[in-house]
Amino acid sequence: MKVEEKIALDAIKNDRESHIKLDQKICGTCRERMCIPVCPGHLYSLNEETGDMVVEYAGCLECGSCKIACIYKSIDWDYPADGCGVQYRYG
Amino acid sequence: MDKVDAIIVGGGLAGLTAAYHLATAGRQVILLERGDVPGSKNVTGGRIYVDPIKDYLPGIIAEAPFERHVVKEIITVLDDDASVQLEYANDRWRSEPYMSYTMLRATFDSWLAEKVSEKGAFVIPKKKVDDLLWEDGRVVGIKAGDEEIGAHIVIAADGALSFLAEKAGLRKPLEPRNYAVAIKEIYRLDEKTIDDRFGLQPGEGAANLFVGAITRGMFGGGFLYTNRDTLSLGIVVGIDDLSRQKNPVAASQLMEEFSARPEVQRWIRGGELKEYAAHIISEAGAGGIPKLYTGGMLVAGDAAGFSLNLGLTVRGMEFAVASGAIAAGVADEALAKGDLSATFLSRYEQKLKESFVLSDMETFRHTRDVLENKRLFTVYPKFLSELLAALFTIGKGKKEPLYTSAKAAARKYVLNWEGCKDLLSMRKM
Repeated sequence: MKVEEKIALDAIKNDRESHIKLDQKICGTCRERMCIPVCPGHLYSLNEETGDMVVEYAGCLECGSCKIACIYKSIDWDYPADGCGVQYRYG
Repeated sequence: MDKVDAIIVGGGLAGLTAAYHLATAGRQVILLERGDVPGSKNVTGGRIYVDPIKDYLPGIIAEAPFERHVVKEIITVLDDDASVQLEYANDRWRSEPYMSYTMLRATFDSWLAEKVSEKGAFVIPKKKVDDLLWEDGRVVGIKAGDEEIGAHIVIAADGALSFLAEKAGLRKPLEPRNYAVAIKEIYRLDEKTIDDRFGLQPGEGAANLFVGAITRGMFGGGFLYTNRDTLSLGIVVGIDDLSRQKNPVAASQLMEEFSARPEVQRWIRGGELKEYAAHIISEAGAGGIPKLYTGGMLVAGDAAGFSLNLGLTVRGMEFAVASGAIAAGVADEALAKGDLSATFLSRYEQKLKESFVLSDMETFRHTRDVLENKRLFTVYPKFLSELLAALFTIGKGKKEPLYTSAKAAARKYVLNWEGCKDLLSMRKM
């Protein structure tokens, strides 16, 4: 099963605005891109056309791994707004 | 500004236990939780040990909605295409009082929140705390959106990422080598199938730990716990190791490969995937504990880095319950004295040292150095697998004496200088 399909099983209420903001200037100089393998939702990718890093914040499981892994501090990460984000039914 | 006695940030085990005790002591308590209900943002492996916490949740623990009491421990060591499994069962674990239970946090935490409300605390969900309020260098409340709420004391129980501890200057930004990411999948299976598959009587549970090829040489391992009618299956991998891979494999891919292993399929086969969760775990042990108090504020649970990996057991929830209760005790004393200074609140640390929380963290301070050894995830599983392959295999030629085969495998993997050092390093555990 693909990870997108797994995340689709979760109860997630999307915020209109992303709770994850990337500094493309910093991302542009990063060669390791550790955010990509670290994210359990596999939500980070590189847009080959624009060269920008993209994050699909809507599937975020709020673990914070990306924020910890990005030692260049490009990731401005906060919890989603009140009542938004993932709501675990099992946990 | 009007002040309530205490504001508790976070409706997990530490926050809820603290609220329970302060409300029982007759204090005015507001607990703020960012999820829809307490438990909705929380994830455990998981299992909880009862003895360490029963005195900290007196009376109510007997009616807690646990899943199954654990009666057997299974350890699976994996090579790429082979595995060794060890099962330890103990009849003593089959009768009350039970030693440990499997649990699900959405169920457990929302139940505990009910108990807290019954004691008179205000549990307010869907409320994200953004910042602390300060006055004369002391914490005097919190900010949530446009709202400001004053409090004589704030207990930060806001989880492993604890933004509040960082904002209060009590801890430094989190470092990759101190954290692991855990991914957990929940599979629905009927109760009877779980009983039969794991060889359990109704109500009994099993825990299975996995180590070896599944993390591709990186720090970590897998786990599986039987719940009443679900299985919790997961993998834990060090964030630093995941970040530094030469040919990066995504954490989600490792989880997918893990669940496809025959050693895992035998348990989850036919189960319906219900949830995909992730969380971080502090692996730093005693070295990862921040400063635990400042004027007007205490830090408890995961927010305080209270998590301990002993290889075969990983503990966090008992520390959360105990530290929440201890924080509440100190807060109550401070409120009675009218002294919320850092000097007075320093007795929180003292009391944690007298309890199992900081004493266990200290005893196992160097365990991390042993568990960080990559050979545990590569060389030793391979050695075990090749040793057993050599002993069990019968081919068409002449078979070597068993001792000769065993010696050859041992020489190749463990009877060397590295192996000798590893053995010596075990003393640190």
